[in-house]
Amino acid sequence: MKLNKILKNVFLVTVACIMLSACATSKKTTGQMQGDVYTGKDTVEYLASGVPDRVFFATNESVLTTASRETLRKQAAWLRKNSKINIVLEGHADERGTREYNLALGERRANAAKDYLMTYGISSNRISVLSYGKERPVDSGSNPLAWSKNRRSVSVKAN
Amino acid sequence: MLRILLIFYFFMLPLKVFALIEVDITRGNLNPLPIAVSPLSIDETSRQSFEKILKKKNIGAEISLVVEKNLKASGLFNPLNKDAFLQKPDIANLKPRFEDWNLIKAQALITGKVNIFEEKLRVEFRLWDVLAGKEMMALAFTTVPNNWRRVGHIITDKVYERLTGEKGYFDTRIIYVSEEGPKTRRIKKLAIMDQDGANNKFLTLGNELVLTPRFNPTSQMVTYLSYFKNLPRVYLLDVETGMQEVVGDFPGMTFAPRFSPDGKKIIMSFAKDGNSDIYTMDLENRIVEKITNHPSIDTSPSFSPDGKYIAFNSDRSGYQQIYVMRSDGKNVKRISFGKGLYGTPVWSPRGDLIAFTKLHKGKFYIGVMRTDGSGERLLTENFYQEAPSWSPNGRVLIFYRETKTDSKGEGFSAKLWSIDLTGYNERLVKTPTDASDPSWSSLLSN
Repeated sequence: MKLNKILKNVFLVTVACIMLSACATSKKTTGQMQGDVYTGKDTVEYLASGVPDRVFFATNESVLTTASRETLRKQAAWLRKNSKINIVLEGHADERGTREYNLALGERRANAAKDYLMTYGISSNRISVLSYGKERPVDSGSNPLAWSKNRRSVSVKAN
Repeated sequence: MLRILLIFYFFMLPLKVFALIEVDITRGNLNPLPIAVSPLSIDETSRQSFEKILKKKNIGAEISLVVEKNLKASGLFNPLNKDAFLQKPDIANLKPRFEDWNLIKAQALITGKVNIFEEKLRVEFRLWDVLAGKEMMALAFTTVPNNWRRVGHIITDKVYERLTGEKGYFDTRIIYVSEEGPKTRRIKKLAIMDQDGANNKFLTLGNELVLTPRFNPTSQMVTYLSYFKNLPRVYLLDVETGMQEVVGDFPGMTFAPRFSPDGKKIIMSFAKDGNSDIYTMDLENRIVEKITNHPSIDTSPSFSPDGKYIAFNSDRSGYQQIYVMRSDGKNVKRISFGKGLYGTPVWSPRGDLIAFTKLHKGKFYIGVMRTDGSGERLLTENFYQEAPSWSPNGRVLIFYRETKTDSKGEGFSAKLWSIDLTGYNERLVKTPTDASDPSWSSLLSN
């Protein structure tokens, strides 16, 4: 009976995983975007060689993608090596949302990045957060690709 | 800067009968009322004195032009071409020859006169019902000459009130954010102007980003968000003195400020550790109260005019929706249930409606709904528009609209627009620069 239940759960989880991965893989990858998350390098700057400064988000989301987590792990490693450097995480939204909600969303995105850096050993004292909402786009275009570049959290050296 | 507060001396002139004509403002007015605004007559001595003081050749004609433009912009009136007027302004003010005004199809007529009285501007005006051949209203007031445009606005308010039965919204100002420069490095300044776009003035220099200014409904104070020293915080600004002070000095971003209806509190969002909640601060004793406590984003709070309720924006359901709660934060109820995302709820000064921004299928709408969420009505659709603000009489909304941009940044603009509650009479509100985040003041005089 108990085993049956466990097996059933395992089965459900497996099905869910398959379905999720199916969703993930069926997301359209069009050039520089996967789903609507930016995957290109156009706007990316580097804190140091091999350490990208920014991560990108899906519309209305603040969840870190696999690629974002990889970027943040590189940042964390770099920050551990350069222990005197503090950073500001600047959170941004695209122009397709109301100003005030976007300010909150930018703050939430920057904090998602901050939390991840903290789990990799970076002290919260070294990280401050600043949301710009939709006030500082990097790409001024009004199209899905431009919007995907603008939904971002950028790590900027504070000193 | 006491000029604004300088008292207007009102005198009721003897009034003979009451009105027969009326303007219906409850539906879109497709037949605006034909009205003749006769230039205010002025004697030669007064004309010359005012020309010296105000550098205006004929202040009587200038004031009536202000009235005429206001009436036209309201969409409810059709001011007639002055070339067709048969009667001279001074004689018309004494006793209009109603047949003449009837002939050009005027249903109402405004006449008046201006003179200088102890260095002051003295204006009297009369409103006439042409068809009934009767005087509907007569008023006189005295003020400093520099207030001449306000005289025009006050006349419009009185005429509007007499003919529609509702208070006007012409002797008011708009505070907004002036925008210049490329979209990626926009320079933003606080700016203020009269409701008709005159007397535009910049209040900040553009050294730091400023957003979302809102008027105190009871005074000339403004609350807004400033990125001074890269710390986004809620500030207070006294428009008359230019004094600024930070009020939302919390350990994190404070934003989305608005006054309570009595002007004594500021309600705003405070974002910390990825979560935004709503707080109030009493401006007198600086006591802060936390109103919402939820892991979602809670922002864009707006009090009901009786101060008993708060409408706000939250994504606690997963997406941006509009909620209403008691002013103590209890009894939270979602009220937006239509398709799409909803933001920026703003309670009407009349209390019966909430204006909002809606995003659905890639289009943005400005709309209104009742305070329980029923009766949703979309007034205008566009590529991007948001942030409605009510005229003090709750008849008109002002908001901003942005245009689509190509990747080189070409084609971008941000402008203020107004629209009647009925969905009619959408018009561009001209500003010297691009503009966003408008907020409408209360009536300056009553």
